[in-house]
Amino acid sequence: MNSFWTGWISFIVLGSIFGCAWLLWATRKSQKFHTETEETMGHSFDGIEEYDNPMPKWWLYLFMATIVFGLFYLFLYPGLGSYKGYLGWSSAGQWENEVADAKAIYDPLYAELAATPIEELVKNEDAITMGKRLFLNNCAVCHGSAAHGGFGFPNLTDNDWLYGGAPEKIKETITNGRNAAMPAWEAIVGTEGVTELANYVRSLSGQQNIDAEKAEAGAKLFQANCVACHGTDAKGNQAVGAPNLTDSTWLYGGTQQAVEMTLKSGRNGVMPTFKKTLGDERIHLVATYVYSLSKQTQKSE
Amino acid sequence: MQHEVVEKNLGLMIPLILIVISFGVLVEIVPLFFTNEVTKPVEGLKPLNALQLEGRDIFIREGCTVCHTQMVRPFRAETERYGHYSVAGESVYEHPFLWGSKRTGPDLARVGGRYSDAWHRAHLYNPRDVVPESNMPAFPWLFTSKVDPSATAPKMEALRTVGVPYTDEDIAGAAEMVDGKYEIEAVVAYLQQLGTVISSKR
Repeated sequence: MNSFWTGWISFIVLGSIFGCAWLLWATRKSQKFHTETEETMGHSFDGIEEYDNPMPKWWLYLFMATIVFGLFYLFLYPGLGSYKGYLGWSSAGQWENEVADAKAIYDPLYAELAATPIEELVKNEDAITMGKRLFLNNCAVCHGSAAHGGFGFPNLTDNDWLYGGAPEKIKETITNGRNAAMPAWEAIVGTEGVTELANYVRSLSGQQNIDAEKAEAGAKLFQANCVACHGTDAKGNQAVGAPNLTDSTWLYGGTQQAVEMTLKSGRNGVMPTFKKTLGDERIHLVATYVYSLSKQTQKSE
Repeated sequence: MQHEVVEKNLGLMIPLILIVISFGVLVEIVPLFFTNEVTKPVEGLKPLNALQLEGRDIFIREGCTVCHTQMVRPFRAETERYGHYSVAGESVYEHPFLWGSKRTGPDLARVGGRYSDAWHRAHLYNPRDVVPESNMPAFPWLFTSKVDPSATAPKMEALRTVGVPYTDEDIAGAAEMVDGKYEIEAVVAYLQQLGTVISSKR
C-alpha cells in the first residue's frame, strides 16, 4: 500500500476519532451535568413527555473509553495503511508462529518415526494409531473407514495388490499416486469379441455359467491383445497395475455384464498423489497403517 | 446546531447519514481497489476454461456454496487439513466470488486433484455410496442433463468486460468445448482445478 493510501486512511480514521471526541466535548458543555431536572424537551405525543436529562455518566465514560481504546488499538495493531503496528502483528505471521510451534513439538517425533523402517514400525501401537487417524482424514473417503474399499476403490485389507504390497511400493503409491490405464476394447475386438473375452476372463477364476465356445474364442483374443499387461498366465503385472484375473477379487465387478462393461469402455482408476498434502513423514505413517492391515489378514489366514 | 433540526428534517438527515457511513467505505473498501495484493492475480492463475466455467455456474445453481466454503483461513488447523491458506490473488477472476460463510460440508478451496474424477462422479451421484455417514444431497440429474452450449460464449464475454482476460479464441471455441457435455463433466472439471494454482503446503 503506497503512502497516498496510508495518508488517506490515517486521515479519515484519526479524523473520525478526534471528530467524535470533539463532538462529545462540545455537546457536553451545554448539558446540565450534575443535576437532574424537571424540565422537559417541550414535545408531547399522546400526552407522553420526555425529560431533558443528560445521558448517564457511566455511558459517557464508556464512550470516552472506546475512543481511548481505539487509539491504543491503532497504535498496537496494523490499522492505518502500511503502518505495521507496534506489535508487528499480521494474520500470516500468527499462522507462521502457530506452525513453527507445532513443528518444534511434532517434528522430532515424526523424524524418529520416519527413520524407523515400516517393517519395524508396524509393531509400534502409537505409530499405527497415528497412521489410522491420518488414513481416516485423508483416505477413508474413497477406501472406506475400515479400508475395505468399494466399487472402483481397492480393498486395502485383503492382501491383494494392484501395484504391490511391499512397504516401499505402498509408500510410492501414496506419494506419487497411480493412474490405471485399461483401454476400451470394443472398437478393437468388436461387441462379439467383448462377450467372448468376458467369458474367457470369467473362466480363469473358475466361475460357473461360462459359454465354453465363446471362452475358447476369447482365449485367442486374450493372447493377441491382453497379455502385454495381464501376462500370458493372466496373473497380472504389478509394475503397470494390471490386476490378476485368475483370482476372485474384482475391483469393478466379476459378473458377465460387469466384465463386459470394463472391456467396452475401459477403466482408468486414479489414486491421487498425497506428496504435498501429507508430506513424506506422514506418508510413512499412513503406509505403516496400510501395511499393518494386510499383515493382520495374513496372520488371521 | 440543535439536534432537533436534524431529527425533524429528513432531507438533511439522509445526506448526513450517508456521509457518516461513507467514512467506512472510503477507509475499508476504496483503498482495496488500488492494492496490488488484491487486484493482481497470483502467478500462474488462468481464467476458467469454458467447461470449468459451466461447472462453476452449475455449482452456483445447485447451491453448493450454502454448505461449502471456498476459503482456507490462516489457522494451522485449517492449513493442516486443506492446504495453504487462501490468498486474495487467487480470486481476482471470480465474479462473484464463492468464499461462502457456512461450513456444513468441508471447505472446497483446495479440493482440486485431491480425489479422482471417478470418486467425484460416484459421490455426486449418491454421496452415501462412498461416504456412508454423509448428509450431502445427491445430484443424480447432473448425469442426465447436458450443458447448453449457446450460453457459454455470452457468459465469457460478460466476464471479459469485468476484467477476466478471455481471448477471442477462448470465446470462439467455447460452444464447441461444452457441446454435448453432461453437467457432471462440467462440475467435475470445475472441482478438479479448485485451488491448484497454489499447491505448496509444507
